[in-house]
Amino acid sequence: MAEIVTTTADAPVPLRSLPMKTIKPLLREPRVVIAGGFLILLLLIAIFAPYIAPKDPLEQDLMLGNMPPVTSPGAEPGYYLGTDDLGRDVLSRVLYGSRIALTVAFVAASLSAIIGTLMGLAAGWYGGWADRIISRLVDIWMAFPPVLLSVLLVAVLGSGLHSVIAAIVIIDWTRFCRVVRAETMAQARLDYVMAAETIGFSRSHILWREILPNVAPVLIALVSLEMGIAVIVEAILSFVGLSLSSDIPTWGGMIAQGRQMIHQGWWVFVFPLIALFATVLAFNQLGNGLRKALDPVMRR
Amino acid sequence: MSDLLFEAKGVEVTYGQSQGLFGHGRPGVRVLHGVDLKIKRGETVGIVGESGSGKTTLGRALLKLVPVSGGTIRFDGQDITNLSPDAMRPLRRRMQMIFQDPMASLNPRHSIRQILTEPLFLHGLATDRRDAERQVRAILDRVSLPPVTLDRAPHELSGGQRQRIGIARAVLMKPDFVLADEIVSGLDVSTQAQVLNILKALSKEMGLSMAFISHDLSVIRAVCDRVTVMRFGEVVEEGPCETVFDAPQSPYTRLLLDAIPLPEIDDGWLTRPAPSLETAA
Amino acid sequence: MTQPLVAIEGLSAISTRDGGAPVLRDVSLTLEKGEVRGLVGESGAGKSTIAKALLGILPSTVKVTGGFIRFEGRDLLAMPRRELSDLMGRDITLIPQDPQTALNPARRIEAQLTDGLRLKLGMGKAAAHERALQLLDEVQIRNPERVLNAYPHELSGGMRQRILIASAFALNPKLVVADEPTTALDVTVQKEILRLIRRMQEAHGTAVIFVTHDLGVVAKICDRVTLLYAGKVIEDGATADMLTQPKHIYTSALIAAGPRYDRPNAGLEPVPEAVFRQLRAEIGIAERRV
Repeated sequence: MAEIVTTTADAPVPLRSLPMKTIKPLLREPRVVIAGGFLILLLLIAIFAPYIAPKDPLEQDLMLGNMPPVTSPGAEPGYYLGTDDLGRDVLSRVLYGSRIALTVAFVAASLSAIIGTLMGLAAGWYGGWADRIISRLVDIWMAFPPVLLSVLLVAVLGSGLHSVIAAIVIIDWTRFCRVVRAETMAQARLDYVMAAETIGFSRSHILWREILPNVAPVLIALVSLEMGIAVIVEAILSFVGLSLSSDIPTWGGMIAQGRQMIHQGWWVFVFPLIALFATVLAFNQLGNGLRKALDPVMRR
Repeated sequence: MSDLLFEAKGVEVTYGQSQGLFGHGRPGVRVLHGVDLKIKRGETVGIVGESGSGKTTLGRALLKLVPVSGGTIRFDGQDITNLSPDAMRPLRRRMQMIFQDPMASLNPRHSIRQILTEPLFLHGLATDRRDAERQVRAILDRVSLPPVTLDRAPHELSGGQRQRIGIARAVLMKPDFVLADEIVSGLDVSTQAQVLNILKALSKEMGLSMAFISHDLSVIRAVCDRVTVMRFGEVVEEGPCETVFDAPQSPYTRLLLDAIPLPEIDDGWLTRPAPSLETAA
Repeated sequence: MTQPLVAIEGLSAISTRDGGAPVLRDVSLTLEKGEVRGLVGESGAGKSTIAKALLGILPSTVKVTGGFIRFEGRDLLAMPRRELSDLMGRDITLIPQDPQTALNPARRIEAQLTDGLRLKLGMGKAAAHERALQLLDEVQIRNPERVLNAYPHELSGGMRQRILIASAFALNPKLVVADEPTTALDVTVQKEILRLIRRMQEAHGTAVIFVTHDLGVVAKICDRVTLLYAGKVIEDGATADMLTQPKHIYTSALIAAGPRYDRPNAGLEPVPEAVFRQLRAEIGIAERRV
């Protein structure tokens, strides 16, 4: 559109406050709405599990072992998704399993993000020796086989959520560091950074007030992806028995258990798998959608 | 008080130099070879050249945005060549810059209000929020933008509007000097005219000194008092605009002038051989 | 009476992305064989859109809503894909704007230059190589062997643009669309390139549509000019007439807006708001859009 001289009031774009301006495009992106909606639902399930779950997830009833879900003949009423070999309700266990999954997702992703971002910002902005040391550290760190590291950690710290989270954070902070470092360096080359320098802002002011808001979109998208990764890692670790004790329901644990008795009862294997898949898919799609929705601001 | 605001002598800038470990350093590429430049108070000096001439580097060297590897730069009598970033900071208010790409020079995540008011607070030029708002509205009016602009984000404005914000930001702090680096290169000719007129008016009102970098000699003629012609990191010619344009001494200047297509019919223009660089003045 | 080489009649198009906003409004223009016509306008005027329509590369967000583009009597818009791609690259070619990005950085010059020769003319490798050498000679590149063997990043912007020009004229096209071919170049290089385009055009008898925003360039190389604003043709005529006796106030306003190094007190007059108001009224745009 040809540049039109405007000397009086014009307002081709309706006025909105800045927070609304960032949120509106998010809500227009279908992936954000659908995946985000699902995850909020999951969060509510996790929080209100004691009120939603029909049965106590730990309650065993050997008389009701291996009951199929309601759709199949011979099902026990009240146990909608069937029971496992110890008579525990699969539905309730899947619902409770979301607690572990989401706890690990949020805590592990946040901690990795915080550590990785701080290192990445320092390396990308201050450069020089900070960058050299941090980059070398990341290179060496990433050379370590992650599975070995996880097993080692669990052996040292004992099995439990804390070691699962620690394992994820210790391995995945490097992913954040690399991405944030690259994005910081890309932003630092842009003119608005030089403009801030000419105005006289201090180095740290520029980093936190000018650069970080522009690194944030990539970072937020990565956090969402990381949550999906964390859920999978927890599932893998509990699959191999390195996570919580098998009594407390985790999706990975249920999948492991179900795998062994897949012929007697496929439902113990399938339902937690579906839950896992849906959750990880949701985190991935949310991440992709966020990245798309938050970025085009620049590209117009 | 001296008449000269900026006095640069023998300025050299080298890129890509590194110390390295154990003597494996690199010599780097010299981009400016001993450049002299003088800017008086209230004067607008044009710096013109083609790509690789070093004009952008010279501008940045004046503002100490790139390290200077040789020569001296004096600002208002003070030698700033080797000042540390911390020592430079209080001086920065007095020397501002307007950038070429209006999209990239405004932080896309900030509102216009934030972009304009933060520098005021940094340098203590506003007593409180209301005072800052008042000053900012005044400058917006001065660049012919409506107050609603303050609530917008940069991507909601057109190129010409963003460039006017760039001007507003630069003059808001009442600097002594403004560096304008190819500020109209990406703009349509009518927008360009508007932006340049605003700049000229402001500069006259505020008694600003300006260094105006451009590859476009016609724009330079319209805006500047003096002009410095650069090529390959060296000054080839400099002087008042009338002299340099009407009676260029350097063959390179003549070559540049000859190459400019004016909007009038001149059948021989294409086929006429360009002035040779070998001919003496 | 011979038919013109290109006849655009009542071409209208909208942008599906901007909610159906018009990008071209009833554009009509003709181009004779061997004529050099300038398409001038500020950004958003629609000149690039017309160029893309001629080349058959309109983006999917632009939809033609009416009109014809006749090339040698055949409507390009109604042409089946096969015929169209046969035509493109042979009878109608492009000199692109940015020599940096128009060449594939991963392929040597020879490969890119001989693509068209081998694909469209079915030339063998050796024959294409010889022809490529000839082409480089035509655009006055010394050391053609070395250049053929080089990668784009090893050459200067001016050199790359020469190669792109050579490529455009390689198959003796009837029409070359030059899309702001000198905008990204230094002014001294621009003059050489303009000279080259003129020479090639005269030698091959090719018609050229020259898209630019620079009235100075138009004055030097175009026989006729079409001035656009907001997708509509504002004025159209011989370059000399338009520059010395513009009929529309927008035309004269644009000329007055440009600074001139030889006239210190002329130029830098922004186009008055009144002119824009009149333009909007003529075109039928209800409200201002930024």
